[in-house]
Formats: sequence, structure tokens, C-alpha cells
Amino acid sequence: MNKTDLVERPRLREDMPDLRPGDALRVHVRVAEAGRERIQIFQGVVMRRQGGGLRETFTVRKMSFGVGVERTFPLHSPTVAKVEVVTKGRVRRAKLYYLRERRGKRARIRERRETTSARDQAPAADEGAASEQG
Amino acid sequence: MAEAKGILGTKLGMTQIFTEDARAVPVTIIQAGPCTVTQVKTTPRDGYEAIQLAFGEPRRKGVSKPMAGHFAASGSKPALHLIELRTAGASGFTLGQTITVDIFERGERADVVGVSKGKGFAGPMKRHGFAGMGASHGTERKHRSPGAIGACATPSRVFKGTRMAGQMGSERVTVLNLEVVETDAERNLLLLRGAVPGPAGSLVMVRSSVKTGETGKGHH
Repeated sequence: MNKTDLVERPRLREDMPDLRPGDALRVHVRVAEAGRERIQIFQGVVMRRQGGGLRETFTVRKMSFGVGVERTFPLHSPTVAKVEVVTKGRVRRAKLYYLRERRGKRARIRERRETTSARDQAPAADEGAASEQG
Repeated sequence: MAEAKGILGTKLGMTQIFTEDARAVPVTIIQAGPCTVTQVKTTPRDGYEAIQLAFGEPRRKGVSKPMAGHFAASGSKPALHLIELRTAGASGFTLGQTITVDIFERGERADVVGVSKGKGFAGPMKRHGFAGMGASHGTERKHRSPGAIGACATPSRVFKGTRMAGQMGSERVTVLNLEVVETDAERNLLLLRGAVPGPAGSLVMVRSSVKTGETGKGHH
């Protein structure tokens, strides 16, 4: 156990889905403007996860009017209202920096099947997806 | 000297926490206390006012007999560290009294005294931020040297205090006016905004800030 865990553990968010590089996400971001708050949605592909504990962040990349936009969110920050995983991606590395050089069809990411590895089966069971495994 | 209060602790490391308005605050976590007061120094007897704080588990070897006697005199258990804290209100403390993190309150300002990380014998670029010399244009083996250190025949010596290479770090450093972000009396934790001298695991003293005049705030 890390020495800083005493403080970090209870503050970690537990409502975060299991998100991995290659997954397509809809990130609901709290935006405060002129005294009121609204939710903005940032939809894109997880390019990396970085850091650990409370300081962990993830970076989402999307194409906006032909321009690549990357946004980094602290994983445990209250600014992130909700994260939806749209599709799970199958990728072969942890940091998808190669996406920056690609666009269109070449930037596609294969979808990950739930039964491809033992690691995937645990979250699948939570969703009551037992029939998929049979 | 103002009525200072203080506590000894171990620096556990840094992290960040989020406030209600979703700002990330960099904090240092300090495992502070409980400390015992092992000696109260007063002006008539000692010439100044101070309290001596004891903190930490003693080494397995135990304590020497003179030290054991010193701890017994205050009715406290032997400890690893003894540090004196100058305070005008020394008479307000009693021998053997326990001090915990709840002497501090959220929002209060505190100073932290510690021993900075040792950098060893460091050159003038690292130690004093000198610019060094050119990487090229014929510079030979002098890329990180200080350059001139004074004039020639007058004064025909180098002035004292001229900044040169030497030991860097591993010295007593005080950081002033850190905000107390949180106290956790249950687990003896203190969260201070910002960095604190020394490596994780080192001994630090947290005392009420001497330069804000807010020492009286939330005093127990």
C-alpha cells in the first residue's frame, strides 16, 4: 500500500466504467458558465491513460471539423459528470499516438469482443451478459 | 514571540485532491503526532520560553539511560525525535501533555520546517542557477564552470560568500504560510497545500505560521 493511499483511496471515484485505450467514449463534462452549470459532451477515442491513484488522467481524441482535438480529463475529478463507453476497441498498444498521423478509414479501431480474453469476462458478468459466453 | 503551537510528523508524500468546485489542489500529506511534551522551558529557569516535543517510535536498540530518565521525568514513553519549539505560551503546556493534529484547523496557515533533499556536491549551475559557458565556440572542458570569481591584483583575493560549487541541499529549510487543507484526527493526518522540504518519510515540524498573525485562529 502506498503511503498516500490513506488519503487517496476514499476519494477515488467508483462510478467510472472500465475504460481502456481504443474505447470510444462519450464524456459528460460539467461546464460552469455565467453562474450556472451545464453538461457538454465530448465524444472520441481514448488515446492514453496516464498516472495513478487520484492523479490518473485519460486523454480522448476526436476529429472536429477536420481538426484533431485532444482533451485530457482527470479520471477522478468532479468535472467529469459521467462517462459512457460507446464501443470497446481492440488495440495492441497502451498509447495510441499513431492515431495522430491517421485520419478517416486508416484511423479505424477494431472492436473488442467480450470473450476474447479472461480479463474481459469479469465486467461482462456484471452486466448480466452470461448468455453471450455460452 | 507569539504564542506558537506546533507538532512533529512524517512527510508521507504528495497527491492532489479536488474541491467542491472541482479544482485540483496539490497537497502534501503529513502523518503528524501524537506528540508528547517532554519539557517545558520558562524564562526564570532557562532564559527563554519553549516546549520540547517528542515524536516517533524509538529504534529497536532502545534509549540510553540518561534519555530514559528524561522521558520518565515527564511521564512519557521514549521517542525517536525530540525537537524544541519556541513559544511565548510555554506555561500553557503541561509536562506529558499529548498534542494531536486537531491543534490545527482547516483554512489556517502553517509553516513547515524540514531538512531538504540532499543533492551532494553540486556545481554552480545547479546550485546557484549560473548560466555556465558556451557549448561550442572553442570552449574546452569549461562548459559548466562559473567563469570569473573576482577581479585581479585589486583585491587579489576572492570575497567571502562568493557563490561557488559546494554542498547543496540536506539543510534545514522552512516553508512559510502553507494552507491547512484538511486535518484527520482519527488517522493523525495533516494535508497542507503545496510542497514541503525533504523526501517522503522524513521528519518535519509543522507550526503555526509566524508571519501572518493568524496564530490565534482556532487555538485550543
